[in-house]
Amino acid sequence: MANVPVHEWTLLEAARMVREKKISSRELTGAILARIEALDPKVHAYITVLPEIAAAQAAACDEEQAKGTLRGPFHGVPVGLKDIFCTRGVRTTCGSRILHDFIPPYDACVTEKVLAAGAVVPGKHNMDEFAMGSSTETSFFGATRNPWDLSRIPGGSSGGTAAAVAAAMCFAGVGTDTGGSIRQPASLCGVVGVKPTYGRVSRYGMIAFASSLDQGGPIARTVADAAALLGVIAGYDRRDSTCVDIPVPDYLAAAERPVKGLRVGLPKEYYEGEGLSPEVRAAVEKALKALTDQGAVVVEVSLPHTSFALSTYYLIAPAEASSNLARYDGVRYGHRAEGASGLIEMMSRTRAEGFGDEVKRRIMIGTYALSAGYYDAFYGKAQKVRTLIRGDFTKAFEAADVLLTPTAPTPAFRLGEKTGDPLTMYLSDIYTIPCNLAGIPGISVPCGFSSEGLPIGAQLLSKSFREETLFTAAGAIERALPVRRVAPLEG
Amino acid sequence: MAFETVIGLEVHAQLSTRSKIFCACSTAFGAPPNANACPVCTGMPGVLPVLNRKAVECTIRTALATSCTVQRRSVFARKNYFYPDLPKAYQISQYELPVALGGHVDIEVDGGTKRIGITRIHMEEDAGKLVHEGEFAGAQASLADLNRCSVPLMEIVSEPDMRTPEEGGAYLRRLHDILVYLGVCDGNMEEGSFRCDANVSVRPVGQVAFGTKAELKNMNSFRNVEKALEYEIRRQVELIEDGGKVVQETRLWDANAGVTVSMRRKEEAHDYRYFPDPDLLPLIVDDSWVEELRTTIPEMPAEKIARLARQYGIPRYDAGILASTRALADFFEASAAIYGGNPKTTANECVHWKDAVLAGTLSPETIAHAVEDRERGTISATASKTLVELVLSTGKPFRTLRDEQGLTQVSDTSSLDILVDKVLAASPKEVEGYRAGKAGLLSFFVGQVMKESRGKANPKMVQEVLKKRLG
Amino acid sequence: MAITREEVLHVARLARLSLPEAEAERLREQLSAILDYVKQLDRLDTRDVVPTSHAIETGTPFRDDVVRPFGDREALLANAPDRLNDCFRVPRIIED
Repeated sequence: MANVPVHEWTLLEAARMVREKKISSRELTGAILARIEALDPKVHAYITVLPEIAAAQAAACDEEQAKGTLRGPFHGVPVGLKDIFCTRGVRTTCGSRILHDFIPPYDACVTEKVLAAGAVVPGKHNMDEFAMGSSTETSFFGATRNPWDLSRIPGGSSGGTAAAVAAAMCFAGVGTDTGGSIRQPASLCGVVGVKPTYGRVSRYGMIAFASSLDQGGPIARTVADAAALLGVIAGYDRRDSTCVDIPVPDYLAAAERPVKGLRVGLPKEYYEGEGLSPEVRAAVEKALKALTDQGAVVVEVSLPHTSFALSTYYLIAPAEASSNLARYDGVRYGHRAEGASGLIEMMSRTRAEGFGDEVKRRIMIGTYALSAGYYDAFYGKAQKVRTLIRGDFTKAFEAADVLLTPTAPTPAFRLGEKTGDPLTMYLSDIYTIPCNLAGIPGISVPCGFSSEGLPIGAQLLSKSFREETLFTAAGAIERALPVRRVAPLEG
Repeated sequence: MAFETVIGLEVHAQLSTRSKIFCACSTAFGAPPNANACPVCTGMPGVLPVLNRKAVECTIRTALATSCTVQRRSVFARKNYFYPDLPKAYQISQYELPVALGGHVDIEVDGGTKRIGITRIHMEEDAGKLVHEGEFAGAQASLADLNRCSVPLMEIVSEPDMRTPEEGGAYLRRLHDILVYLGVCDGNMEEGSFRCDANVSVRPVGQVAFGTKAELKNMNSFRNVEKALEYEIRRQVELIEDGGKVVQETRLWDANAGVTVSMRRKEEAHDYRYFPDPDLLPLIVDDSWVEELRTTIPEMPAEKIARLARQYGIPRYDAGILASTRALADFFEASAAIYGGNPKTTANECVHWKDAVLAGTLSPETIAHAVEDRERGTISATASKTLVELVLSTGKPFRTLRDEQGLTQVSDTSSLDILVDKVLAASPKEVEGYRAGKAGLLSFFVGQVMKESRGKANPKMVQEVLKKRLG
Repeated sequence: MAITREEVLHVARLARLSLPEAEAERLREQLSAILDYVKQLDRLDTRDVVPTSHAIETGTPFRDDVVRPFGDREALLANAPDRLNDCFRVPRIIED
């Protein structure tokens, strides 16, 4: 620990150091804020940095600790939030011009829980606009760069969070995942990312993209950190009707358990196809070997409807989004177009000005898929195929406890490389999307690097509400393949 | 050519819950603009709906009281359209799978009973209010007050079973009474808690297919619904007889001009793109809940009318008036329980003093005593009225006031004999005249006795005693 | 599966998105490509399949009928682009 710079500590190490009074929250927070100031001009992981608020929070934490109170497990430790979580009194933009000056009068449940755990929030992370994207290039506030190679994308839509964690500009963060938006950027940035089971984490105050798919989840540098953070944000919230009332187990303990006898399924459809880079395949095979070396057994499974998942997703998610984003009409908050002579013109120009191209594209597809005469063929059909995809996983989990797949087909690509054709960008999510459709949880854990030094992640999927199994398997991989977690980026 | 009318009615009833359907804001009427609002009902980013159990119970009870089948599983759907009084730009409603299906309401028309079918009942949230700034014609802007957003509504859709405006009015009144009886809606049409839209078409008698229908809106009383229907039927018939075609459109009732006016809105707007709301799970209603709610259904208007008529021997018409408001019927029965010697009189009294009964300023005991005293001849009808008014103004008990005011009639024969004898003794000429055949003098004697008794003698009995005495 | 220019404009109107001509054409191409791709779902026989509307099997939870005022009207109006008399102010509706 002595030779490790403060900002490179893990979340749990930092929390312990504060608890043991080896460092004050002021110092810890100061170090993070300094690092943000030094590096973020290059990385652009943050939309909003909160130096005064964070310093005040840190000071309060130190005072409370002096009086003998610790708020929670992360007392005094900076944990960032994707700018999709409402933070009372602090601008929350969702990466969009249409909310560029929106100040929510309430905290998201996730925000409340992170603060209740004693954490300090150093700022709000950059993201693809309204969480629609796989590269954080659609943000109104400019793209985030991958800390491992600043000419490349960090993944998306939680690219800001993944980059901030990888660049040690916070000890951990909370992102959101609708089709892979936590796991894919985690993989591309060499950190751990978890999409919990649908209903595990409250969506209250988490700006909605696709309501039946969205979940908030942790992004951190170690499996244990992610487990601890999930333990804090998970749990019942009666303000979210889709949040399930199931007790939160000890995820941290699960990360230590042995994998002997664990049945690891390899869905064959995920390993076929030309899109999968050979280097990614090789790295995932190393992760598999790490598991089998420790006593796990391999089973081959099939998820026959995998090739239909992208289409299913790109009908359901835009449809729900088209409805969720209709409230951004310039009436009660956010951007409003000026000089409109009538209401319809005001709304239409507001939305045309306020939304970027990807968002407009998805609103159009979604509106079309729901429209009269097309509902059955598009949205209705997709909802049925979704049932088939869920059925695939149910069957696979009869034979396997956990499924192992690549997270992303390739390591990080270059900025601008895939923005020309929407479909090409959508294909980045082929391995992550099915899990959202099924509602099951997934984790991405770093398992190697490409020959260009770019991180590669392996994805594990388990049955609903069996995140413990994910942490057990991911922990085993991490122990066998300890890889560098902080990008070599100097300020 | 003879035409037949086909009428279907859609009622939106605001449910009597304290809080809104999807958030904990108050539903109280008359609050300052946007005072009863929160991030959820104003559609801020990231907020979510949570369903009010009481709203569900009100709807289930209504379904049971109208013999509908309660669906064990129903789904909330989003109805998507843009309007400033609709903060989420969608209304949470129910579409393919509503809470209740297939019921009926029986109405009384032309001395008989007719059954009007109910197609469905579902739950939805209300929208806010848009007010035009300044003069309507020159208004530059509109102002949105979101207080009413997310107030719980129940939509009740009838089958197109009504054939006359009278049937329409009867159905509405009966449905209104059912909802008020259940306590699920306060039924106030002027304040908008009970709204009605009508679908009306005409077809040549004998034709099976329905004609093109027009949807009528903006009728804020039962009478206005009937008048609007009457007008629209006439309009459609005249149009067809002149060789024209009825256009499917929405028409607004203009109560001042007495006509319906086309809204002439572009029809393209109405692709609502309904889909199941992913923020709410399906509404699951199990048998035990339904049965528990069934026990809370009070006697409904139709049954009450029949029972009152039968049990108290009063005409159905009178029973109908009493049953039109549950509190009035309850009052009647409470009063009749105290004194049941003449239920018809009790009923008349209840109806006469209806306003005070419903305001709660009159007790069943008061009416019971009034009726009993009149029956026994202790007071006159006029005195009874006077005394009840005094009860209302002073709050003192009926019989206390009766005695204080000295309004007891003299009805016992011995006192009357004395009075009569006194009067006859004082008017010998008139006695002679009466005995000689001037029957009209009887009222003179009655008058004298009344004067002598300072109005307290029971005039009917005085007449009898006089007749006996005079021979 | 080509989507026509009229359909693009119709959908844009439904979604309240004003579209300049060039953008409408570009969107038409992109949407056509995406819709072509998703047509692959037609290859699946789903006649006997129940659609998944909700990711969770249980019924919707309930709230008690208790009033809990938000209590901060100013906070609700503070983000309004235009307001008057504690109302949200919007341009009038023009019937065209």
